[in-house]
Amino acid sequence: MAAASALAEEPGFTRALLARRSVLAALCVFLLILAAVLLATWIAPADPAAMAVRQRLSPPGTGYLLGSDPYGRDVFSRLLFAGRVSLTVGAGVAMIASVGGILIGLVAGYFPRLDAPASRIIDAMMAFPDILLAIALVAILGGSIANVIIALSIVYTPRIARTVRASTLVIRELPYVEAARALGSSTPFILIQHILRNILSPIIVQATFIFAYAMLAEAGLSFLGVGIDPSTPSWGTMINEGRQYVDQAPFLIFFPGIAIAASVLCLQLIGDGLRDALDPRIARQL
Amino acid sequence: MTRYILKRLVGMLVVVLIVLTIAFVIVRLAPGDPAALLLGPDATPEDAAELREKLGLNSPILVQYMAFLGNAVRGDLGNSLFFNRPVTEVLLARAEPTTFLALFSLLISLVIAVPIGIYAAYRRGSWLDQSAVSTAMLAASVPSFWTGLMFQRYLATEMGWFPASDYGGPDADFISRMGYLVLPSIVLGIVNSALILRFTRASMLDILGEDFVRTARSKGMSERRVVLRHALKNAAIPIITIIGLTFANLVSGAVVTERVFNLPGMGNLVVNAVLRRDYPVIQGTLIVVAVLYVLINLMVDLVYLLVDKRVRY
Repeated sequence: MAAASALAEEPGFTRALLARRSVLAALCVFLLILAAVLLATWIAPADPAAMAVRQRLSPPGTGYLLGSDPYGRDVFSRLLFAGRVSLTVGAGVAMIASVGGILIGLVAGYFPRLDAPASRIIDAMMAFPDILLAIALVAILGGSIANVIIALSIVYTPRIARTVRASTLVIRELPYVEAARALGSSTPFILIQHILRNILSPIIVQATFIFAYAMLAEAGLSFLGVGIDPSTPSWGTMINEGRQYVDQAPFLIFFPGIAIAASVLCLQLIGDGLRDALDPRIARQL
Repeated sequence: MTRYILKRLVGMLVVVLIVLTIAFVIVRLAPGDPAALLLGPDATPEDAAELREKLGLNSPILVQYMAFLGNAVRGDLGNSLFFNRPVTEVLLARAEPTTFLALFSLLISLVIAVPIGIYAAYRRGSWLDQSAVSTAMLAASVPSFWTGLMFQRYLATEMGWFPASDYGGPDADFISRMGYLVLPSIVLGIVNSALILRFTRASMLDILGEDFVRTARSKGMSERRVVLRHALKNAAIPIITIIGLTFANLVSGAVVTERVFNLPGMGNLVVNAVLRRDYPVIQGTLIVVAVLYVLINLMVDLVYLLVDKRVRY
């Protein structure tokens, strides 16, 4: 909420954001996906778990909008419900990693004594490739939705922390921060009111991208069979399940793949749009 | 300069130490008694207690940590629970497909992305630039395993242009083994080229706006020379950086791509290790990959010193 009101304060922000047709289209498509997934209970033509073994592997259009899976379950309905899991993971990771990254980044950037240790730990965390670290963490935590969110949040927190630290280092030296210090403002007040408020825009942009990356990573984990338990379908697990039928029924992996790609593409376009709209030099040209 | 290199080396050692610590902590957090895991379900509690004593699992955690560090420095990453062999040996046996998959796909992505990135920046705003940028964004949005499965289904199984999966039998020679890597490398190369293309284009745009480029043009130098000699040379540094950074991406991509094409590499090994609860192998892979990442990025920094005469530390 604080983020949204901070954005609204930027002059001409909404106009600059929507000036590009690609960003506008991405926002519309993403909202459409979001609405479809949220309203799945009402939109879905069938119970996503209802089996009809006689109608197994029906191609799209033959009574099933997007076909049916090896158990005769409706692919379209499953796609809608699986989207809940995939989007929840993306949004959850973006939020938790932002909060964690802000805390660590602010502390590392503002207190010189804590900077070196925090930065080295961030460097070390970022030396692990994201999927690999996530695999190891999920292996230890166990594969529930909450644990996948925790694992991926641990993976992406250092990335946000690094950005926050870099911005904090710059703002810390500005005269108005010095003035606030001289006036006797408390450190938490300076950190939140003077520093955090001024570095929110790059964080929002990065959180949008992390939303996208986390969705891709969750799909990867689920595809590898080391992510969310297959009993709760996500788009990644749907692809994993459809794999063995790829020769007879390629649509089983085709549609979940499109769903992931469309969501991730929209998020990346929105992220790019936000970055440009929040950059006063570029926004003026839009 | 020597001072700078020394400083970088010390910094690197600290990061490696933290990497080892993180890997140690992660595996220590794993539920279950490692000794019981090692012995399997038939072991008696007495056997487990004996093995715990033998493995030093009863000593204080700090002593265990020091022992772990000491062993790791000497290249001993413990024993695989499943294979009952040293982790380093198990990893080395799986290194070939992963290494060549990463190298080939890096090469493919550079060949695709660098020329297109340069040309897109040079013709900024043209239809070619716009389609290159949007294609790159699309390629970065599609899960790599999905692209892999689609290519496998249509180009290998249906058209028969490539072997669909596996890595040849035990007596396949090197060349035929590499043949199995062609399609996986193309898939991973395309996925990876998106990032390199965006980065090349961005750094080239920066350079093309510089004064010395304008001067070169106003001297009447041919456009070809301006772009290839002046601009590209200066854009080399950021492009080298991205090669260091894509290493992590390549490894992540290799893990899933190996799974798609059933290649017996380190990615497949680590996924199977998770399914078998073979924690030493998970830990060893994490350590090896992270240390490689740190070393590659150190080398990238040192290459700067050679490529750019302005960089003085």
